[in-house]
Amino acid sequence: MDDLLREFSRGQKDLTQILHKVQAEYGYIPAQAIRRVAEHLNTTENEVYGVLTFYKAYRLQPRGKHLVTVCQGTSCHIRGGAGVFDEMKKELGVEPGETTPDRMFSLETVNCLGCCAIGPTVVVNGTYYSHVSVEDVRSIIAEYRKRK
Amino acid sequence: MKKLTHPSQLADWKARILEERPVPKKTVVVSNGTCGQASGSLGIIEALGRELDRRDLRETVGMEITGCHGFCELEPNIVIYPEGIYYGRLKPEDIPMVIEKSILKNKVIDALAYEDPKTGRRYPLQKDIPFYRKQMRLLMEDNLRIDPNRIEDYILAEGYQALSRALFDMTAEEVIREIDSAGLRGRGGAGFPTGKKWQFCRNEIADRRYIICNADEGNPGTYMDRSILGANPHSVIEGMIIGAYAIGAAEGYIYVRMEAPQAVRQVTIARDQARKHGLLGKSILGSEFHFDIQIVEGAGAFICGEETSLMASIEGRRAVSRQRPPFPAQSGLWGQPTNINNVETWANVPLIIKRGAEWYSQIGTPKSKGTKIFSLVGKIRHGGQVEVPMGTKLREIIYDIGGGIKDGKKFKAVQTGGPSGGCLPAQLLDLAIDYDNLVQAGSTMGSGGMIVMDETTCMVDLARHYMHFTQEESCGKCVPCRVGTRQMHDILVRITRGEGEEADLARLEELGESITAASLCGLGQSAPNPVLSTIRHFREEYFEHIKHRKCAARVCRELIASPGQGARPAQRKAKKRQHD
Repeated sequence: MDDLLREFSRGQKDLTQILHKVQAEYGYIPAQAIRRVAEHLNTTENEVYGVLTFYKAYRLQPRGKHLVTVCQGTSCHIRGGAGVFDEMKKELGVEPGETTPDRMFSLETVNCLGCCAIGPTVVVNGTYYSHVSVEDVRSIIAEYRKRK
Repeated sequence: MKKLTHPSQLADWKARILEERPVPKKTVVVSNGTCGQASGSLGIIEALGRELDRRDLRETVGMEITGCHGFCELEPNIVIYPEGIYYGRLKPEDIPMVIEKSILKNKVIDALAYEDPKTGRRYPLQKDIPFYRKQMRLLMEDNLRIDPNRIEDYILAEGYQALSRALFDMTAEEVIREIDSAGLRGRGGAGFPTGKKWQFCRNEIADRRYIICNADEGNPGTYMDRSILGANPHSVIEGMIIGAYAIGAAEGYIYVRMEAPQAVRQVTIARDQARKHGLLGKSILGSEFHFDIQIVEGAGAFICGEETSLMASIEGRRAVSRQRPPFPAQSGLWGQPTNINNVETWANVPLIIKRGAEWYSQIGTPKSKGTKIFSLVGKIRHGGQVEVPMGTKLREIIYDIGGGIKDGKKFKAVQTGGPSGGCLPAQLLDLAIDYDNLVQAGSTMGSGGMIVMDETTCMVDLARHYMHFTQEESCGKCVPCRVGTRQMHDILVRITRGEGEEADLARLEELGESITAASLCGLGQSAPNPVLSTIRHFREEYFEHIKHRKCAARVCRELIASPGQGARPAQRKAKKRQHD
């Protein structure tokens, strides 16, 4: 944590960038980190918590082994994305923002991934799946279940 | 390469690059933007490399990896120069044949050439394909020639010459006058005259001024800004340096959306290269002008596209918007005068300085000048980024360039302007697109989203989709937006479930008008637009949902006999691709 904070100034302007770094390091923002960041910036934990919960990017819970992101953009939506999203919730048995009890999968949504001409789009751990249909959902997830 | 300390060194550098760079007999350009990578361009690059090595052709055949060319539907694709032969939807297995026939024997492979789905005609050359031929690609054409990792490619494309001209041949006031008389208006959506905005900021007396590039492109279905930053980042950086000189700013920020990792990466590389070569930092090109750029990655909040929220976010705070005035030009970042422009606006600046306001102002309509890039997506045959002069008709964009509607379906509506815009029906297909015409028709230009819909899209469901989005993304500071959008959303959910009442339409309209009038910032003021415009143009469809409990598009699940059946169009098998 000390090494991580050393790169940044003590001004509030670095807060969101520090949080990005913390999350990249730990996969989420641990409670202890909030205290350390607040000390570093000479501000309150309250302030840090307020900022981090405002933005979608930061997680307060560790995520599962595989991160599944379903695009909710308008182009994906009208190309059948809503059905894909429902199917994904059913397949994993969780709501967006949640992690499966076996800690294998976390489900997240994104408002647009910017590859709208080839949607509906699903991303698993950085691998993009384009033209996804309801029928594809099970086989995509099965691939990662096999890997464990 | 040392830092450039005199404007004349720019031309010397270009000459040296030309001299040192090998001139291969053929060059294969691979489009490697986000869509390209999601469709398999990395596999194509690998296959090309393997095949060139195997045949020992590295010396005679060049390979250029570029950002997005715009024709996303046909990714992954390549263009072979000097002929300009275009092959789309390639597979790695096609590559040996491409090398054998088109590179070694100069022949076109008919089966891989683009085929017009309407006429069956084949177009082997990129420039002849209707999708490209009917555009006016002032900003995007260079994407075919530029590897965004190499500043040298931008220098060869006359890059940073506009900057040199501005710094050494023009005063700051002259630069502003040039931008003003070119008629450039903000591409982020509001369409405010850029020259005037710069002048306001310059007029403020202050020790410190800031400029910002708004790259928090959040409208779903809109992705030209990240394509520009990913494919030609120096054009934006050059525009910003010129703007900073005109306004008198020493510090600039690029606020990039975190969901656009390629844009973040490319613009950071470009910024670092510009610094290394003395194009950013102290004494740019040996002048007395100092300017540097910081890159700030967003954290996933749509509201940050709004200028006052964006500034709060750069300051490391919760990104809530605030009352204007004072406008950012008077009191912006840390209370100092600040000028914010969108990515595409900045990218237009070098073009205007290089080719002159007179030339620029001849493109477009009397009140909207230049070109505009649209993200043409949805139920369109040829989806992608389309750059056309202002004043182009919707019909030309959708049918002549986009090839019409997918899967033999019928056009129903086109949504422009994202969550702030509206839906335009078939009667308006001959509308000439400019800022003012779109507003008059009940929509907006927005940042250039254009989502095409056919009869399988339900307009009530679409309105619900947008309200769901805005009520989630509302920053929560002002009541009309926080509570109002929620109320509108709840009514729409009821209607799509078949629980609507006749009075709901009047309720939606009344709520919409109050939210528009009373919200603090652009997000709230424009949030009701998708609902109001669909009520305006597709009132019957609302009635059908409310009175007859029917959804003709078969999207609203509670309103169709067997839930889930037939509601969604058949999809092609999902393609999996590795993303870096």
